[in-house]
Amino acid sequence: MATQENIDRGVFQSSSRGFLRGLFKAKSTDDGMAGQKSGLMWAVHISVVALVLLWIFPTVGLLVSSFRTADQISNSGWWASLTATEQTIQLRTAGAEAAELVDGVYVIEGNLLTDDRGPGAGLELRSFGTSARNPSAYAIGETGEDNGETITVNPDGSYVYTSVEEPSSSGSRVFVNAVIPPEFTTQNYDTILFSGRGQDNMSRAFFNTLTVTIPATIIPIVVAAFAAYALAWMEFPGRALLVALVVAMLVVPLQLALIPLLRLHLGIGIGKGYLGVWLAHTAFGMPLAIYLLRNYMVGLPRDIIENAKVDGATDFQIFTRIILPLSFPALASFAIFQFLWTWNDLLVASVFLIDASGQTTVMTRQIVELLGTRGGNWEILATAAFVSIAVPLAVFFAMQRYLVRGILAGSVK
Amino acid sequence: MNPALQGLMTIAVGVGGCLAYFYFSNLVLDRFIFPARGAQAGRNINRANMVRPWLFVFPAFFFLLLYLGYPVFETLRLSLTDRALGGAFVGFANYEQMMNEPKFWEAMRNNMLWLIVVPAASTAFGLLAAQLTDRIGWGNIAKSLIFMPMAISFVGASVIFKLIYEARPVDAAQIGVMNAVWLNFEGGIWSFIFLRVFPAILCGAFAVIAAYVGYLAARPLWEDRPGPREGVMMKGARAFLGLFGLWLAWVSVRGVWGVLTASLPYGEPINWLTLPFYNNFLLMVILIWIQTGFAMVILSAALRGIPEETIEAAIIDGAKPLQLFFQIKVPQIMGTIVVVWTTITLVVLKIFDIVFAMTNGQWETQVLANYMYDKLFRANDWGVGSASAIVIMALVTPILVWNVHNARKEMR
Repeated sequence: MATQENIDRGVFQSSSRGFLRGLFKAKSTDDGMAGQKSGLMWAVHISVVALVLLWIFPTVGLLVSSFRTADQISNSGWWASLTATEQTIQLRTAGAEAAELVDGVYVIEGNLLTDDRGPGAGLELRSFGTSARNPSAYAIGETGEDNGETITVNPDGSYVYTSVEEPSSSGSRVFVNAVIPPEFTTQNYDTILFSGRGQDNMSRAFFNTLTVTIPATIIPIVVAAFAAYALAWMEFPGRALLVALVVAMLVVPLQLALIPLLRLHLGIGIGKGYLGVWLAHTAFGMPLAIYLLRNYMVGLPRDIIENAKVDGATDFQIFTRIILPLSFPALASFAIFQFLWTWNDLLVASVFLIDASGQTTVMTRQIVELLGTRGGNWEILATAAFVSIAVPLAVFFAMQRYLVRGILAGSVK
Repeated sequence: MNPALQGLMTIAVGVGGCLAYFYFSNLVLDRFIFPARGAQAGRNINRANMVRPWLFVFPAFFFLLLYLGYPVFETLRLSLTDRALGGAFVGFANYEQMMNEPKFWEAMRNNMLWLIVVPAASTAFGLLAAQLTDRIGWGNIAKSLIFMPMAISFVGASVIFKLIYEARPVDAAQIGVMNAVWLNFEGGIWSFIFLRVFPAILCGAFAVIAAYVGYLAARPLWEDRPGPREGVMMKGARAFLGLFGLWLAWVSVRGVWGVLTASLPYGEPINWLTLPFYNNFLLMVILIWIQTGFAMVILSAALRGIPEETIEAAIIDGAKPLQLFFQIKVPQIMGTIVVVWTTITLVVLKIFDIVFAMTNGQWETQVLANYMYDKLFRANDWGVGSASAIVIMALVTPILVWNVHNARKEMR
């Protein structure tokens, strides 16, 4: 275990290693090599920065997009969200009731920006047009003409519209290219978590996911811990065979279990539902749980256990009083694994939990459905996805140490 | 009942039930079945100690055998029956039907592509990241950020990358990074460098590596070297690896030619996910992005475990940094690299969520696990679905045997 600890500490603690110092010393004795050394270090720093940026770039894109409005998302890439962008917005002049008849021509005056339907004052206008096909036909201050209608738009948004025929009651469309300053909103989160309707609201799926995850994380720990103790510290014929069986089961693909188990669940009356998915997750997590915990428990000092036995402790007491508290790091490692796995799972929930009513859907499933139905509505998709990955990310950053320990114990053997 | 309440009750019942089971079964064993008193006290204690381990392992192995052991055989049985005929035995008819479906062979081809590319790329990037971050002060933070995608679900990652691959009509603003970058290329000198020369170099480098690895694997077949003679199995494996490396190299060389001569539609946004064949690689990028952190963590620990004497000796002998890395460090962590490779291979064999969420197997991106899901739950064909599950199991079996073999060696 001592080596395990060292590896652990090593992984996320960077230190200048002895050999590295040695490397530099050896190099600096050579003439002219000192410059190359710092050059190499610079190259390393720059490569790592590039690698890290490449790796977080996708996630940052999702996070930024989830704070933008639908218009902004469809008008510019998220990387442009911090700079003002030129966008075409569709506005309307006032309707016929505001028109005055002057010399046989209907005239409407007003302000596109500060009218009731306008976006508000203060936007910098670049150009405007009267048809969607050519929204930047005229410069600001110019007069556009079209079929007996003319319109002049000024820099402050005020306009003069004339028409020989009576204007329509809803006003006519004007396309304005304006410089829109960056803007962020939490409206998307409000929609996804609280006010959204139907599929847009993830609150039910969120709680369903939580309901699946917590029992499916805790129960296998208890069941597996006893078995791991027996496999680590009790002598009995067939023990080696059982360990080999666990190692074999680690690898068996989940896909094989779907149909037989679904038939079993339907046959014995569990059906599709929470009980079924809890049982399935418990069982599917079992090989890794037993494997991790056994490997950890084998490394606990023999003296403690033998002393306790000499003092008359039963196996049950040794397990609950000594082994379980000492195994906390391994328990935590497995708990994180199982939590991430059950929270992020799509397949098991789809098969064992979600029925035709759709009341028991989980977040991953709902996001897949959103991808189908709201494929272009990135403000909804990005926010839904970010809500679902926020919890595992928080767990990840809070308990990274145990996750790393678990990965190392589970693989390097 | 409210599901949340049901969940809390399940935790209480599950945990409490487990503890109660262990406590009372031990109690019953010691007090009533084999009580440690009377004339046979000593014998009883021994007997109780023989039974006790089985009490401890029973619940866990009950779950294991019922939920993972039994399905293997049940799926095998189901794959030989037909649901429409009331579960009648039909021999290999399901397998035959599956073999005649082009979609199955597409899934097989794609799975093989995934198997070659994803473990190789993840391990390579992981090794690179481990080696680079090892040497710098803020390495922890860098590692932590590269490791982060491990916590993100395949579905979440699919949404993230779908935004990257998003295509909008030509006159609208491109909001996907890929297309925004792509539209900057207009066929000039930079397009030539980045879209032809650079990929051609990558492809060519891969061809050289594949050929070299194949050569290394096959070399002992014709070279006489001291040491124990190898069995027929080992020779067969070497010959296979050699030919496979050669084939990969040939495919890559053809790829170089393809990259250099392809006509590229400059100026049009591209629907990346509908590009046959290449879209597979875009889906693989997602898994590589997730698995690199995993590879990095393990390989970083392994790199730190290398004895310093070997490295110092190499430096004294005048090894250059690259030589140091490839000839001193990599050989010493070869065992760990194999472990990482096989672990990622297992993930790849079962890959489902990414394809399901991104393309659902359309545009020639089908993989085995999604093919199986399709058969089971959309076509409702349990026979063919089970047959394809058995194919996945067959692909996993060599790794299973290897792992059990290693575990048994360690136990001794």
